[in-house]
Amino acid sequence: MTINRRNFLKNTALTGSALGLGFYFAGKETVLAKVGQVKELELNPYILIDTAGKITLMNPRPDMGQGTYQSMAMLLAEELEVDINEVHILMTDGKQKYGSQLSGGSSSVRVHWEPLRKAGATARTLLIRAAAQTWQVSEEECYASNAKVYHKPSAKSLAYSELVEKAEKLEIPKEVKIKDKKDFKIVGKAMPRQDIPMKVDGSAIFGMDVKVPGMLYASIERPNAIIGKIASLDDSAAKAVNGVKQVVKSSRFVFMQQAETVAVIATNYYAALQGRKALKVTWDCGEHAKFSSQAYFDKMKAIASQEGIKHEEKGNFAEAFKTSAQTLTADYETPFLAHASMETECCVVSMATDPQAPIQCEIWAPVQGADWLLGDLQRALQIPPDKVKIHVTFLGGAFGRKAFYDFIVEAALLSKQMQAPIKLIWTREDDITQGPFRPAMLSRMSGGIDKNGNITAFEHKIVGGSIQNQWGGLQKDKADEWAMEAVSPEKDSPYAIPNYKISYAHAETKVPLLWWRSVYSSTNAFGHESFVDELAHLGKKDPMNYRIELFKDAPRFEAVLKLLAEKSKWNEKLPKNKARGVAIARSFESICAHVVEVEKTKDGIKINKVTSVIDCGMYVNPDTVRGQTEGNIVMGLTAAIKDGITFENGVVQQRNFDTYRVLRLQETPEIEVHIIENNEHPGGVGEPGLPPIAPALTNAVFALTGKRIRKLPFALDEV
Amino acid sequence: MQFNLNINNQSYSVDVDPKTPLLWVIRDTIGLTGTKFGCGVAQCGACTVHLDGLPIRSCSLPVSAVKSMKITTVEGLSKDRTHAVQKAWIAEQVPQCGYCQSGQIMSAVALLSKNPNPTDEEIDSAMQGNICRCGTYIRIKKAIKRASLELSGKNTK
Ligand code: FES
Ligand code: FES
Repeated sequence: MTINRRNFLKNTALTGSALGLGFYFAGKETVLAKVGQVKELELNPYILIDTAGKITLMNPRPDMGQGTYQSMAMLLAEELEVDINEVHILMTDGKQKYGSQLSGGSSSVRVHWEPLRKAGATARTLLIRAAAQTWQVSEEECYASNAKVYHKPSAKSLAYSELVEKAEKLEIPKEVKIKDKKDFKIVGKAMPRQDIPMKVDGSAIFGMDVKVPGMLYASIERPNAIIGKIASLDDSAAKAVNGVKQVVKSSRFVFMQQAETVAVIATNYYAALQGRKALKVTWDCGEHAKFSSQAYFDKMKAIASQEGIKHEEKGNFAEAFKTSAQTLTADYETPFLAHASMETECCVVSMATDPQAPIQCEIWAPVQGADWLLGDLQRALQIPPDKVKIHVTFLGGAFGRKAFYDFIVEAALLSKQMQAPIKLIWTREDDITQGPFRPAMLSRMSGGIDKNGNITAFEHKIVGGSIQNQWGGLQKDKADEWAMEAVSPEKDSPYAIPNYKISYAHAETKVPLLWWRSVYSSTNAFGHESFVDELAHLGKKDPMNYRIELFKDAPRFEAVLKLLAEKSKWNEKLPKNKARGVAIARSFESICAHVVEVEKTKDGIKINKVTSVIDCGMYVNPDTVRGQTEGNIVMGLTAAIKDGITFENGVVQQRNFDTYRVLRLQETPEIEVHIIENNEHPGGVGEPGLPPIAPALTNAVFALTGKRIRKLPFALDEV
Repeated sequence: MQFNLNINNQSYSVDVDPKTPLLWVIRDTIGLTGTKFGCGVAQCGACTVHLDGLPIRSCSLPVSAVKSMKITTVEGLSKDRTHAVQKAWIAEQVPQCGYCQSGQIMSAVALLSKNPNPTDEEIDSAMQGNICRCGTYIRIKKAIKRASLELSGKNTK
């Protein structure tokens, strides 16, 4: 009986030798191509070429499904002139030389668009130089293609592997030329993703799949109101469970707060779970046990009536509001949400038992930013970054959650205590009830129109909790910059409204908060784009054509909506039982708009189709752009029509996918995504499709039923 | 307790608590990690495997219930990703994070092996137990139709 992959993994853990994917470490025989010592780019070796011909590209951005495994390599390969299907791709380990390694804020392509291409071009330049010197010809007569350098006049060629030793000794060029878009061979093409074959036969290694020798399994009981202390503990029954090794008190760090926890350690995961069920523990959660999400919304409503802090203003809102022909004020509410990636929080951590060991902490985990994790370990356990080794696996979804490393620190503490490697697996119930969550937010919208129905005054007051402030970043008299996403009159929502104001009011909460796919853009766009719709209807204007008119000075927005109107056949009449709604938002430097078509059926409202247009500037892989937009639509619809996270007595009321439901295949509408072609700098792709979907849907519901949805989530069969 | 399991036409002998869900035996004891944990309560389908060809949620089936039934996991579909459903999944570029996809594929294979020409409604009902948080559903549907064409002899390329 051979169990290949497990043995493979075991070997890897012991020797640090090659594993096809995920954790492969360059052996000593590997010759480094010196690349991109260009200081201002903070770049360093992203490209490994060994003398045997193997080319390895380092991927600095963990793949949680958004396609960076492929897109980062495509940028390098384009300029290096290698076949993308012939290279090996490895994850970077958090070390400083790779710069920022956080997959977050839809930033990977827009940040690395130039640096990684320059890294590729620098390596190519060195290899060409090495060839030219070998042949004693001029560099101008040489070119690179398919991992070889050719001498044009003589048709001689040398493989990169034959040149790398020489290239490695050459001076790094200060300036390198990168290609024009028109010369791209890889970038901009719908390349099949290399991670996909591994994801159809079970061979892709996720955090959940890691196994190292001597490893014990842990399951942790945490305070029911998230933050609290152990009031009483009887672990005798738990310890009696066959397979349970130990029950230990431990901690979870949640920003500046700390929770006491009880961990059950066992030889197998089932035993750990059984032991945990047998625990008799009560909690003292103090103030935290009083939190109710309903009361929090009431508090936000009260705060919304105060003046708030002005963040951005065009014209004079207050004056214009007073003199409007008609005015409207409305509150829009969006709930707390859990990320609920399919792979729950999990990791393996091995703390050294020998204090002299060069590596004190070794981690195998699905993390969005290995570099950030290093900092957290230093703070929580005083382990210096150079004594940590991180192996970034594939992430089974993350959506922001795996950029918070509480679960890694939990496992590290346990590993230290148990003097053994620990595999920690959060249950789905842990994932849904323990946070951190997307902040619950309220948008107080106020607006006025003139007698011709034109919007003259518009205010969006953003009220809610501050992610930033959990590290203590908020200033009293200033809006939370992080929370101002997707609404800036100048950049994000450039409607030609003469008096246009964005303001902010903080509503303190101890609920742990975190970035959730598209972050505040997802909460802000709902109120913003719903209210534009309300005012358009109030002024008896067509919501699509009026928006196009209002974007007369914003050509990229105008172009998106014009294409969307055409593709969605907006101006063609629908039968009475059907209607459409539109919404648009700019987030993470991309503009995305959707038209949702809904239909009245005997079982309630049905979502038939979503037509979508995205302008993300230049892009790396159009198929990934489409896939991410499809995924954003599905996740945004889930947030709109399924379940929010609610609290009673500090306890989250949803527990698993039966009470925190997710859109399923049979409920998914037809989706059609169109990409705008232009030469603008790349914008984000992993998130911008999400913010406009909820308002496009509720605007369609209004068009169909006359009912305005101002609170998410809502049930399609209850409208 | 000792159990003899037949997984992907290989026999394995394991010594585990009889109540252990089959999922953890497959993943942790035997080491076939293609089958995933997503919810533990038969809500998400990530743990789907076949028992004598029928799709079941292995997170909710004690290992003692398996008896002599044949277990198939995603690793057992083909040696080289050439099962029609795997090929269709690659052609349609279905997976994003990929974590749910073993379960999705196992549900799709079970459907198509009984019914190589499913209607939209039949696809809906066969796949409703499988969640994809990344939202790849429209591609899953396309891939099932593509595989269906191949399996029912109306070949595509
Ligand atoms: S893990 Fe079995 S159905 Fe979710
Ligand atoms: S591909 Fe990520 S959950 Fe389905």
